Amino acid sequence: MSLEIPPDLEALIDESITHYPVSKRSAVLPVLHHLQTHFRYLSSEIIEWAAAKLELEPIHILEVVTFYPGFRQEAPGKFHIRVCRTLSCAMAGSHELLASLCEKTGIDRKNVSHHHPIAVSPDGKFSIEFVECLASCGSAPVCMVEDDLYERVKDADEVLKSYF
Amino acid sequence: MSEPTTSDLVDVQIDGVWHQFPKGTRIIEACRQVGVEVPHYCYHPKLSSPGNCRMCLVQMGTPPRTAPGAEPTAPDETGHLPISWSPRPIIACANTVSPNLGIRTKGDLVDDCRKGVLEFLLANHPLDCPICDKAGECGLQEYSMEHGVGQSTFRERKVKKPKNVDVGPRIRLDDERCIMCSRCIRFVDEIVDDPVLGFTDRGSYTTLMVYPGRELANNYSLNTVDICPVGALTSNDFRFQMRVWFMRETKTIDTNCATGCNITVYARENKIYRVMPRRNNEVNSDWMPDSHRLSFHWIDGEDRLSDPMLKAEGGFRTANWIEVIKAAAKRLSGLSGDQIAIVASARMTNEELYVVSKLAKQLGSELLATVPRQGEPDGYLISADRNPNTNGARLILGEKAVSGGLDRVKSAIQQGQIKALLVFQEDLIADTGLDGVSLKKLDFLLVAHSCANETTAIADIAVPAACWAEVSGTMINGTGRLQRLNKALEGPGQTLPVWEIARDLLRALGSDDNCQSVTEIFRHLADDVAEFKGVAWGQIGDQGMPLIETGEIIPLLERERERKAAGIIVG
Amino acid sequence: MSEITYKSGYEPHAREHRVIFRNVDRVGWDTSIDTALADGAYEQLRKALTMEPAAVTDEVKKAGLRGRGGAGFPAGVKWGFIPKGNTKPVYLICNADESEPGTFKDRYILHQDPHQLLEGMIISCFATGVHLAYIYIREEFPMAAKIVEKAIAEAHEKGFLGKNILDSGFDLEIYVHRGAGAYICGEETGLIESLEGKRAYPRIKPPYFPAAMGLYLCPTIVNNVETLCHVKHILEIGGEEWAKTGTKNNTGTRILCVSGDVQKPGYFEIEVGKLTLGEVINDMCGGMKPGRTLKAVIPGGSSSKVLRADETFTIGRGDDAKQISIWDIPMDFDSLAACGSMAGSGGVIVIDDSRSISWILNNINNFYAHESCGQCTPCREGSLWMKKITDRLVTGQASPSDIPRLDKVARSIEGRTICAFGEACSWPTEAFIEKFRDELVGDTRPELEGAVVNPETRIANAGLK
Repeated sequence: MSLEIPPDLEALIDESITHYPVSKRSAVLPVLHHLQTHFRYLSSEIIEWAAAKLELEPIHILEVVTFYPGFRQEAPGKFHIRVCRTLSCAMAGSHELLASLCEKTGIDRKNVSHHHPIAVSPDGKFSIEFVECLASCGSAPVCMVEDDLYERVKDADEVLKSYF
Repeated sequence: MSEPTTSDLVDVQIDGVWHQFPKGTRIIEACRQVGVEVPHYCYHPKLSSPGNCRMCLVQMGTPPRTAPGAEPTAPDETGHLPISWSPRPIIACANTVSPNLGIRTKGDLVDDCRKGVLEFLLANHPLDCPICDKAGECGLQEYSMEHGVGQSTFRERKVKKPKNVDVGPRIRLDDERCIMCSRCIRFVDEIVDDPVLGFTDRGSYTTLMVYPGRELANNYSLNTVDICPVGALTSNDFRFQMRVWFMRETKTIDTNCATGCNITVYARENKIYRVMPRRNNEVNSDWMPDSHRLSFHWIDGEDRLSDPMLKAEGGFRTANWIEVIKAAAKRLSGLSGDQIAIVASARMTNEELYVVSKLAKQLGSELLATVPRQGEPDGYLISADRNPNTNGARLILGEKAVSGGLDRVKSAIQQGQIKALLVFQEDLIADTGLDGVSLKKLDFLLVAHSCANETTAIADIAVPAACWAEVSGTMINGTGRLQRLNKALEGPGQTLPVWEIARDLLRALGSDDNCQSVTEIFRHLADDVAEFKGVAWGQIGDQGMPLIETGEIIPLLERERERKAAGIIVG
Repeated sequence: MSEITYKSGYEPHAREHRVIFRNVDRVGWDTSIDTALADGAYEQLRKALTMEPAAVTDEVKKAGLRGRGGAGFPAGVKWGFIPKGNTKPVYLICNADESEPGTFKDRYILHQDPHQLLEGMIISCFATGVHLAYIYIREEFPMAAKIVEKAIAEAHEKGFLGKNILDSGFDLEIYVHRGAGAYICGEETGLIESLEGKRAYPRIKPPYFPAAMGLYLCPTIVNNVETLCHVKHILEIGGEEWAKTGTKNNTGTRILCVSGDVQKPGYFEIEVGKLTLGEVINDMCGGMKPGRTLKAVIPGGSSSKVLRADETFTIGRGDDAKQISIWDIPMDFDSLAACGSMAGSGGVIVIDDSRSISWILNNINNFYAHESCGQCTPCREGSLWMKKITDRLVTGQASPSDIPRLDKVARSIEGRTICAFGEACSWPTEAFIEKFRDELVGDTRPELEGAVVNPETRIANAGLK
């Protein structure tokens, strides 16, 4: 199976490379962001494509993908939920929020581990990740669904209602 | 390079004693120069310094700062300022000396740092020394004995990582043993331009790996095993073969090409178990090609000749040396010099070549040749000249022997002009295009070789000659450097070095030459061959010495010098 | 995408002194350049472009502006570290990786007032001779990245960026570079590695001081969002005048981010040192929750050392020295340092008497174990070790000797690592043990003493005897 990169995605990628006139390698993060936004996660084919694009060894891309928690190597759900685990949110009830979100989306986190931080609902609609500080401690607890931030979340339904 | 002037030197106190070092000297190297070893893992003088292992932490101190307007502190009677010691340790590998710097490599702070780092390194280490090849030369084991806490207080579950990973055709990786010093990654990135290794994941889960489907397969890959301070990378060839403390080390040189990489041969009970590069900054730095390193296995192979052989009815019969030398002398006497040719090898030592040259003189033969071996240079350490001692052959046998000598010998044989041919350490049929038909035109063929081969098969006399690991002697590498080989093994059976074979033949032909040792031959050689004039055996040492100018360069060294000049490496 | 952080009409507290946050939550405000221009945006840039670059730096030095990212290093001095006679290009990077737990100030600047940041940045680039600059925005601010990118495009269109800015002959390009969720990118050399497309492994210093050998081994200035915004305001009123706000050596305003157990957590811009911790908690944040009392405060982001509610602190020197309670600590760099902690990034986390210290410490240790880059030994192994000990502590699997062991692990990290993460991950443990030892020991079980948890260590210990 060969990887199809749509022309408009490649155009975005090419444009982002121009932001780094000194070193193409600097574009690793933006290129991966574009690819992940489009493909939802970074498969080995995508990693190899990015390496070829930036004239690097695939290991150089894999090193980066596995270093940054923002990059995923496993498919998330249609809506990926990130619940903040760090201190202020935990004090404000983020563990309870996580549990409630899991219950309402039918997500089972029992197989979650350091290497597999994401759990997906059986219908593939949602996935959940307990992440470190989202830098919104004053409005804890917070979570993000895709790029949207939800603050002072009292109830999982507040978050989920617009996605069901 | 000019000697540093006084103004380039700074005064540094190391463990209470003042020394002088050139500005810019790394602290770890300054300490080493005065006999103070600072333990370290990630630091390597030929690689960039990431400072990641934290094993080389030392305490530093500087002269007290003078407050604005205050009188500066007066120097003491030795001319040095007092030192105020910092409570914060620094790494000795990447920091450089500065005027009036104080360094403590001992004391509570440094001891505590070392204990701490070792305990951290052992926390997730599998502690499987009993089955680890590195045991006996493992940095973790060594420093733990010397500086460690003795007993781990780590009570947690250890991090699990991949074990027994095939990272390439010659190397296996145990990630649980890896201490993430990154030496191997820096080696493949910086020295051999094959950046296939990398760290994935992060924190305590950081894992060394090659990208799936890729391999650590470059011809220098085994150097990563050498510089791995622990047993994470091990050589398939050496794995589980021998405990390192049982082996005897012999410093010698590689003979697979004109570079003459300096090596150490590790042997036990007359068998080589491994070969490792030995530092020589004028030859091979700290490295050597895998292809050369692993080329020793034939030495204890089945096809070694172990006894002199005389052609007899239906084949050969084993003989003793007295018998074969007498037989050879008999076949040669009565022939004129122009009926005799000699093919020697540029894989032989200067001393062997010298005695063979004397033999040629004794026989009156002027038809002398060596077998050229050209290949592609690899742009790192492997020279286009695959003979290790072409320069020695050129000086000792004469330019004519090296250039075109073989062609002259071949055509003389084919024209039937040659009656007797003496061959030393070459397989003419395999390596020169001479065929058995031409060689059978000869009345007499004597071959001295380490192995049985197609040429020995048709010889009248075939005798066992010691190979590179079985002789002492000297060679001149491509850049004109005179280097020493040291005997690591006894040859099998009745094997003799070529110089003894040639000498015995000389004597049987009536010469009174009776050299008894390689050093004695070298003395005669130095008297006799202009380029060697004034050179004494003892002068050559483990690092060799420049003898002649050839204009040849070693590309890897050139790049190393650039990195050194840029301050990236110590060199 | 939903409007996430804009609360138009949210009134600043009466004791706030809003400079940087002047437009945050302001009625009628939006992020467009027209709105900003109507409010006087880019006027200070026009002024700067008529000055000598060195004169701009001088104003910043006179202002005594200390970095707002965490270390509190004077910004003007930092700029002065670019080597004399430098011939390489100089880069400036705005550190918008806001990553210290408890800190959330840059979020509001990026989301609500991007042109303030751009103006401050362009002026700073002019002062330091920079022609290419990046804003490193944390991945968790995707909307901020879009807002700032739009602001950059607008500024380009109006001639505030690009070639020959406002006919001054000065060229500058600014690009947004998005992070990918790694705390360590807040460390400036880690950030630089990340911007070079690599794992964010901090570099050793020396030799890699960014001002001399930063991005692409060229001189590089890395400043926090809030710091760069201040540059604009310093230019507006002059460094000396600006320095009159705040207190001596702790000049200007800064944004405090308060979270945890208070009635009304939030962000407050105050004159540095003009408010006490008690005033921040009681006046600005509405005090403690009903029926709750103060137990502890983490005053400058989660890595700063915790202050215990019933401690007595000594601030000031010589004749000025005085003993104060936690409530009376002035919120400035030097006072918090005198109390044994730090102002850090301005993130104040308030802890009340309902909280278990073991649980708090374990939460913090989990964060740092997750975020350790793993490059250098003490932090890589120590941060996970500390997490594992406190994991056992909160699940009743620890014995009393685990507490000194935990302390020893922390002290074997501090001061021995490549970057300040070593301190960041060890200080919380050291401080919590120092101040709450009894409570931590109280959560252990003496009957577990001597029980080795991992089988490998049992075997190894047997072998070493």
